[in-house]
Amino acid sequence: MNASSDVGHYAQRQARWHYGEAAFWLAVLACGFVFPTRYLIMTDILRLALFAMSLDLILGYAGIVSLGHAAFFGVGAYAAGLLALHGIINEPVLALIAAGLAAMVLGFATSFLVIRGVDLTRLMVTLGIALLLEALAERFSNITGGTDGLQGIEMQPILGEIPFDMFGKAGFFYSLAVLFVLFLLARRIVHSPFGLSLRAIKNNPLRAAAIGIPVNRRLIAIYTLAALYAGIAGALFTQTTAIASLDVFAFDRSADLMLVLVIGGAGYLYGGLIGAVIFRILQEVFSTITPQYWQFWIGLVLVVIVLVGRQRLHRWVLYVPNLVIKQVAGRKAVVAVPESDA
Amino acid sequence: MTIALETQNLEKTFGGLRVTRDLSLKIEQGARHALIGPNGAGKTTVINQLTGVLKPNSGRILLEGEDITDLPVHKRVLRGLSRTFQINQLYPDLTPLETIGLAVSERLGHGGDWWRRMGTRNDVNDEIADLLTRFHLLDVMNEETVTLPYGKQRLLEIAVAIAAKPRVLLLDEPAAGVPESERHDILAVVGSLPRDVTVLLIEHDMDLVFSFADRISVLVSGALLTEGPPDRVARDPQVKAVYLGEEAVNV
Repeated sequence: MNASSDVGHYAQRQARWHYGEAAFWLAVLACGFVFPTRYLIMTDILRLALFAMSLDLILGYAGIVSLGHAAFFGVGAYAAGLLALHGIINEPVLALIAAGLAAMVLGFATSFLVIRGVDLTRLMVTLGIALLLEALAERFSNITGGTDGLQGIEMQPILGEIPFDMFGKAGFFYSLAVLFVLFLLARRIVHSPFGLSLRAIKNNPLRAAAIGIPVNRRLIAIYTLAALYAGIAGALFTQTTAIASLDVFAFDRSADLMLVLVIGGAGYLYGGLIGAVIFRILQEVFSTITPQYWQFWIGLVLVVIVLVGRQRLHRWVLYVPNLVIKQVAGRKAVVAVPESDA
Repeated sequence: MTIALETQNLEKTFGGLRVTRDLSLKIEQGARHALIGPNGAGKTTVINQLTGVLKPNSGRILLEGEDITDLPVHKRVLRGLSRTFQINQLYPDLTPLETIGLAVSERLGHGGDWWRRMGTRNDVNDEIADLLTRFHLLDVMNEETVTLPYGKQRLLEIAVAIAAKPRVLLLDEPAAGVPESERHDILAVVGSLPRDVTVLLIEHDMDLVFSFADRISVLVSGALLTEGPPDRVARDPQVKAVYLGEEAVNV
């Protein structure tokens, strides 16, 4: 092989599918058949995973911190609810896209505020926007239902064929399909020159500009895309639960999302998915043990993760699986280790 | 004679401090031009204005006759003005392959492409391979930049600037901090830059300046003290007094 084809080979290395990834998605799909009584919690995890993937796109790749990502989740949720309630768009998939676009418009409009300034400014601006929207939703209760939320949402069958059932089976597979499609798109994007330029901006914005990258334009683009993802996550929430209330904008929701990414790791797309699973399981386990003090334990886990270092934890947890995979698939095919580790 | 890069009456103040004073420079096409001056003379401030990181308070900057004073950093790069940094400005988590690949992609207009994977364009791959080879980085192309020895990082720093195919290249102390054993690679690379690339070199190392430059401008307290060919500048008593001091200069 000459140098050029070597370069092509290694440049695409990250973008190639690993066995571990296929195994991951098959396992998720299998869950839908193995735990038929757990659709509601599993759907909840999928929504959270999609929402976290959205934050990962801006935080893990572009380095934009946000404490107000629920703003887009909320807009998507209310948009989907209003569309269904007033029968404007009855078909769920179309409504999902429309709701996502509504959040995307908000994302684009607010991106200009967010890209200015550094981390602390961004935290405050994003937080502020989410609080603002929550207050607006409360103020215009004639549209949003105020503190009662939107009542009496009835979802039509998906694609006119598959009705939402009371066990949440349709909702689960619907959410999984949406998550998977959006994951594929995100995966494509992060391995493109555009995606790489985001990582460059996160690493060193000064140098990024000095090689000709239009830094602001790239940040606006990814922030807008992340808003679309978050909006779709919010719309899934409304569609699968048939409720939309003010807490879709809640600060807790944005803050939890940070925890999810801290647990799962940012900047390799699977962090949000794995983090969502672990976060919800921890929540379940801890609230079963100590219904009142489960947050204490979540806090403890968080402190341990940050102190020990996630990469080290990952290496310990994945030591045996990777040993096996290395035997089967050769080097480099490692599961769920952040890029910097692989 | 064609002028590649020009400043006209450039002024920059930080608070009450005038760090660039009425600076008018003309860099000829294909020149090896050095900008020297004692610490605090404002050399890096000049570079930052040339590249667009800082805006001058007044005065103009012309690249090949066109006014670029108000262009943002990335647009100047696309017009052919590229730089290296005195202190490495690289991407710690990215590999040399990715770092250079990105610069090449941007220049060829593929930087905003969000669909096609990196590594699937042969023209980009060819150029990356060529640059990695020229800068002795092929063997470390998949290592994270942060793990590379300093000399290799320095080479990468220059390679990234070259990847933008500049017509004017600003080298800000290219050999700064490089251990003696690795200096040779850097000097060879700088020396072998094609003649159609105009180079403005900011440097402390007098050996490098006098071996490389065919024209020297001396900056003192933000103002131009003198300008001329190396032998004349070296003999200039004013230059000796304010800048070189007691240091002996051998030309």
